[in-house]
Amino acid sequence: MYKILEKRELNPTVVLMEVEAPFVAKKAEPGQFIILRTDENGERIPLTIADFDRQRGSVTIIFQIVGATTKKLSMLEKGDYLQDFVGPLGKQTHTQGLKKVAVVGGGVGCAIAYPVAKKLYEQGCEVHTICGFRTKELVILKEEFEKASNKYVLMSDDGTIGEKGLVTDALKKLIEQGEKYDEVITIGPLVMMKFVCALTKEYGIKTVASMNPVMIDGTGMCGGCRLSVGGKTVFACVDGPEFDGHLIDFDEAIARSNAYGEFERHKYEAACNLFKKEAE
Amino acid sequence: MPNMSIKKNVMPTQEPSIRNQNFDEVALGYTEEQAIDEAKRCLNCKHKPCVSGCPVKIYIPDFIAKVAEGSFEEAYEIIARSSSLPAVCGRVCPQENQCEGKCVRGIKGESVAIGRLERFVADYHNKNCTEKAEAPAKNGHRVAVIGSGPSGLSCASDLVKKGYDVTIFEALHTAGGVLVYGIPEFRLPKAIVHKEIEGLKDLGVEIKTNVVIGKTITVDELLNEYGYEAIFIGSGAGLPKFMGIPGENLKGVFSANEFLTRINLMKAYKEGSDTPVLHAKRVAVVGGGNVAMDAARCAKRLDAEVYIVYRRGIEELPARREEVEHAQEEGIIFKTLTNPVEILAYNNPNDKRDPKNMSVCGMKCVQMELGDPDESGRRKPFVKKDSEFVLDVDCVIMSLGTSPNPLIKSTTDGLETQSWGGIIVNEDGLTSRVGVYAGGDAVTGAATVILAMGAGKVAANSIDEYLKTK
Repeated sequence: MYKILEKRELNPTVVLMEVEAPFVAKKAEPGQFIILRTDENGERIPLTIADFDRQRGSVTIIFQIVGATTKKLSMLEKGDYLQDFVGPLGKQTHTQGLKKVAVVGGGVGCAIAYPVAKKLYEQGCEVHTICGFRTKELVILKEEFEKASNKYVLMSDDGTIGEKGLVTDALKKLIEQGEKYDEVITIGPLVMMKFVCALTKEYGIKTVASMNPVMIDGTGMCGGCRLSVGGKTVFACVDGPEFDGHLIDFDEAIARSNAYGEFERHKYEAACNLFKKEAE
Repeated sequence: MPNMSIKKNVMPTQEPSIRNQNFDEVALGYTEEQAIDEAKRCLNCKHKPCVSGCPVKIYIPDFIAKVAEGSFEEAYEIIARSSSLPAVCGRVCPQENQCEGKCVRGIKGESVAIGRLERFVADYHNKNCTEKAEAPAKNGHRVAVIGSGPSGLSCASDLVKKGYDVTIFEALHTAGGVLVYGIPEFRLPKAIVHKEIEGLKDLGVEIKTNVVIGKTITVDELLNEYGYEAIFIGSGAGLPKFMGIPGENLKGVFSANEFLTRINLMKAYKEGSDTPVLHAKRVAVVGGGNVAMDAARCAKRLDAEVYIVYRRGIEELPARREEVEHAQEEGIIFKTLTNPVEILAYNNPNDKRDPKNMSVCGMKCVQMELGDPDESGRRKPFVKKDSEFVLDVDCVIMSLGTSPNPLIKSTTDGLETQSWGGIIVNEDGLTSRVGVYAGGDAVTGAATVILAMGAGKVAANSIDEYLKTK
């Protein structure tokens, strides 16, 4: 069992949890992920590592409440325990030798982009961060990013905070202004990453996208997380989760990501009803 | 006077039309009377050919003689001397190629039902013996076992009985390896696996789940930082193979590993489970091994019409005969001499956001003919001209075998492997690294439970020799 050391709501649908997992903390690096189960009947869900503290033996995850499992997870409090917590899985973000990077995050994906930006910044790389959210109240980690970036651009779909527009608008503007990036790292919704990659391809800028497909074991066993990258089938769990964004078949990944859409909706409603009943 | 019936006592089973609707065990096991009667068919041959067919060399005629006398607990003690998982092996061993394949009674009639007797004895013991095994005195040496599947469990069992302090590291949240994620409940009830594992814990084996060796901790750290003096790698062959045909990444195409893991480990067939599984209407399982039969029979139990698609003939199916027969009885349709060439996608041209887009809507196949035997001794299939047709399915499960997981190899310097990933060992189970042993599917590629157990035993002996003389 794995104790929840801290819990914080970053916005109405995004929750931060710091979990006691010394073995995972000892090895964790930005870009890697963990798999957890909330309880005996729980499903295994992958979540990218948002932060870690080797001294404290803890790993921080940040998740959006989207389905039954994340709903259940959000109902746990500081001091409660998670049934299972395994990792670190996948390969770490490649940061060596990078001098100037644009980190492009969208929504809860910014939580995963943060440790990457932080690591790059700490190793002396010039970091330009672009974070996009639907609206003002969904913004997360603004101050943290500002501290770990040479330039921080905040975008919102409705213009309630930062500039109105999409992250691709901001990225395009920076590139057009003459910023020369060694690499663009993008983490967020599949559709957003698809368009970021399409944009950078036009300019010939190497781009890495962090994928988060459906998976079970996270060690290469089930093959559920497979993606087409450059026409080849790869497993996100062991070959990734980060891949060359110009080679990823995003349309296939988008289709695969909603394979259990109906089940998820049904389970989510069931979970909400259960919590409602408990509340009454 | 032996029982000279040329037939085995029939194994009582659930009716096919009932069992293909539930996940309860198919075979119900012999009664005491049936077991004694079957045991009397054994001729107690002096040269014991059956024992030579057993990878762990169980004293087969000796235990059968005890069954014939009705001394079931004594029979168990004889089996337990050689095998650490008799209730499992009695159910899943391919006996027709092993002990029973060598049985003299098999020459003129059917062999003695050794597997069914082994199962009977193990079940009798599990049901009637309430004594807990006592932990043996510790000798102070620590050994790490990687993986809690058949090879790891048997290696740990032998080592702990010799006094070693044994820790098993398991990547998943439940111990048992393929016995829990792969083999379905109706063929191997999970309570049996659980009981065997609890027995090991009673003997003092520590099991650490949620530890991925190669990621959470490396082999070198186990040796240098965590104080283990020897290591056994029994990490299995978990990496699923795909065919490389178009459409394999569509929604509704699964590896058998994924499909079976969702059902067996995650209990996705049960109402309360949070893990989803696709309830397809028409399922094609590609492949002909035991895993393919398991996947097909699971899909049937989820109410689908199920096809086994296999490129050679029915005679060439690599699965255990009993599994093929059970599958046929349960209504699985065998499309042998058939090979898929493409999986077809549903596409609604009027609605790009139709959630069914990019789902499986059929599988294009060709018919095959058999030519001369190839290097494996089996007749080589080739494509019949103009034989293309579309099988109407909405789900495809690829069961083409598995290869060893590269996680340990890629994080352990100096660990030599074959080009296809199998860890190279000598006859003692020793790898290219001092103090590091390996066995089971991680070495051989996908094989059987009992061969893995045999390899675990060999390595346990070698580790004992190594640490005694170190």
